Amino acid sequence: MYANNPEQEWDLEIKPHDSVFNLHLKDVWNYRDLLWLLVRRDFVSFYKQTILGPLWFFIQPIFTTVIYTFVFGNLAKIGTNGAPGPVFYMAGIVAWNYFSDCLTKTSTVFRDNAAIFGKVYFPRLIMPLSIVVSNLVKFAIQLVLFFIIIGYYMFKGANIQPNIYLLLFPIVILLMAILGLGLGLIVTAMTTKYRDLAFVVSFGIQLFMYATPVIYSLSTAIKNHHEIIAFNPMSGLIETFRYGFTGTGEFYPQAFFISVVASIILFFIGLVVFNRVEKNFVDTV
Amino acid sequence: MSNNIAIKAEHLSKAYQLGDFSTGTLGRDIERRWALMRGKEDPFLKIGEANDRAVKGASDIVWSLSDLNFEINKGDAVGIIGRNGAGKSTLLKILSRVTTPTTGSIKVNGRIASLLEVGTGFHPDLTGRENIYLNGAILGMRKAEITRKFDEIVDFAGVERYVDTPVKRYSSGMYVRLAFAVAAHLESEILIVDEVLAVGDADFQRKCLGKMNEVSKGEGRTVLFVSHNMAAISTLCNKCILLKNGSLQDLDFTHKIIDKYITSGKENEAEILKDNINVSKESPYAAFYALRLKSANRGITSSFGINEDIIVEIEYDILVDGCMVSPSIHLLDTLDTYVLATFNAPSATTEIDDFYGKPLNKGRYKSVVVIPGNFLNDNNYIISAFLVPENFADLAVAEKVLMFNVTETGDMRKEFTGKWVGLVRPRLFWKTQLISTD
Repeated sequence: MYANNPEQEWDLEIKPHDSVFNLHLKDVWNYRDLLWLLVRRDFVSFYKQTILGPLWFFIQPIFTTVIYTFVFGNLAKIGTNGAPGPVFYMAGIVAWNYFSDCLTKTSTVFRDNAAIFGKVYFPRLIMPLSIVVSNLVKFAIQLVLFFIIIGYYMFKGANIQPNIYLLLFPIVILLMAILGLGLGLIVTAMTTKYRDLAFVVSFGIQLFMYATPVIYSLSTAIKNHHEIIAFNPMSGLIETFRYGFTGTGEFYPQAFFISVVASIILFFIGLVVFNRVEKNFVDTV
Repeated sequence: MSNNIAIKAEHLSKAYQLGDFSTGTLGRDIERRWALMRGKEDPFLKIGEANDRAVKGASDIVWSLSDLNFEINKGDAVGIIGRNGAGKSTLLKILSRVTTPTTGSIKVNGRIASLLEVGTGFHPDLTGRENIYLNGAILGMRKAEITRKFDEIVDFAGVERYVDTPVKRYSSGMYVRLAFAVAAHLESEILIVDEVLAVGDADFQRKCLGKMNEVSKGEGRTVLFVSHNMAAISTLCNKCILLKNGSLQDLDFTHKIIDKYITSGKENEAEILKDNINVSKESPYAAFYALRLKSANRGITSSFGINEDIIVEIEYDILVDGCMVSPSIHLLDTLDTYVLATFNAPSATTEIDDFYGKPLNKGRYKSVVVIPGNFLNDNNYIISAFLVPENFADLAVAEKVLMFNVTETGDMRKEFTGKWVGLVRPRLFWKTQLISTD
């Protein structure tokens, strides 16, 4: 029946080069169960043999918020546009943490998983995706904490006004995820050859936070003629997130537009570069 | 059925870069990048260079596999054999899609499950149950599929009691059993197995082999199996691929390939002539002329099957009329342990040699000693040769001059497939008697 064209029969062809834009997304979909199992593994292994278990997800943002409120709010007296310090800082910290965790964890994917990747095939993209999803769960847990803080201050009558921009929240989260993922994929692809980049990321991410309106608001930066901050793709996202939940600050359409475009572009560059490297990085690591 | 082929490799090659990952100069790096970007071949790869580790190649690039072409039919159990560095692991890696070929392609019919290592992705903190799911998913199973096979897997591994215990508390045997069990229950048309049988106890090894046999013969799946264990290969595989220095020597029925494998052994010189003999001490009475290793059927060779007689020939010139010289050899293993020493003397040989104990006149003589088959173990051995005159002190010595290897053929491996210790492995007389009944 296939005698005329037996070549059509093959289920799989293993060859050296593939089109750069063939991202094998169907393959990723076929392995979706693995994605969930990896996310589960991350959580289960995170709190096994700890006393506080999942409570650790709360401890870090609480302490950071306390320190920031003290240092930046009380000592440096950086304005929060009238919002209570803890609410203002925690909004920034929780959102920033999500982005920075996505970036730093995905940026070492190849190195951390060299042993597995060297022994078995599955779509490599599953690994970074599972990191993003794991962090999303962690983010959701921390968001609960954030809601408690907001609720407490609203109850005390502080000036907190959630508004219509809250509807952008899912998009903001998605953009933060793909921006962190995209950058992480680029870095991890390059670290297979040039390990220096791993060091750049580990301290660069800390510096990057100060170039993002986490501890100050974008309006403060613009008031002081630091408009450049608005070009940081994370600025529009953090600012929109905080504005939607607390009414603190403003919605900056241009900054948000930059975030959307930059995130999407970096995400695709990341996918392509990662896809290019994943095939035989085993030979170079 | 028009397409009975499971795997088809066409001009498959794989290059590895030695040393640093660049061509050495930025200009060449850019040139290469440019060529690759346009989808051309790397201009600095020289296709066709054999992968011989001992010889320094013309470039930094080593062809771990070069130009393999083969077809594997559905339902075949194919062993992949070859010495270290022949490219077995590289071939498996490409088939498992862990890395890509440099040129050429492999076309596959059916789902591939590969088992290059047992327990890939096992997390020590997770329980046996959680790891079965995780490992199964890494190997490409869907969750529902694992659930369906769960009891079977646990049963095969024999870890029912521990299934909800973190695997870090498992004994290493249990760990390996569980890991193999997951892989063995993959639903795939093609199963690729690296030397996983090297782990685990003999009992478990037999179980693994049994399972693989069942997979290939019972279920008609295609199995590719890499091993140095000829015993396992000969029981499991109906066909074999022989690789040597990255190229395909042959693909044929197992017994033929195993014969070939033995002959293709590490090429130690099986015959050394006069000037090439590395004489460490010369004698005024006698000089080596030739040293030779032979198999009764295959002539001069340095590789022997475990059941073959190893014939050592020593040719020598007597330099002085009327002197008595007896040839002798020492047999060592590669760790310099003496396996045996033998020399031509009536009390130390099985038959009387007419020439022994007589003054010899000038001329060339040949003494032959036979190391019997089914005596040495599966190993590399080294021979030192001596020509010992009456006064002993003036002996000629050719130290560690010949090397040969004895290779498993599976002949003595019908019952036991594990590591067989010992410098020698003779077949011995065994007898059991019933002494009393209850």
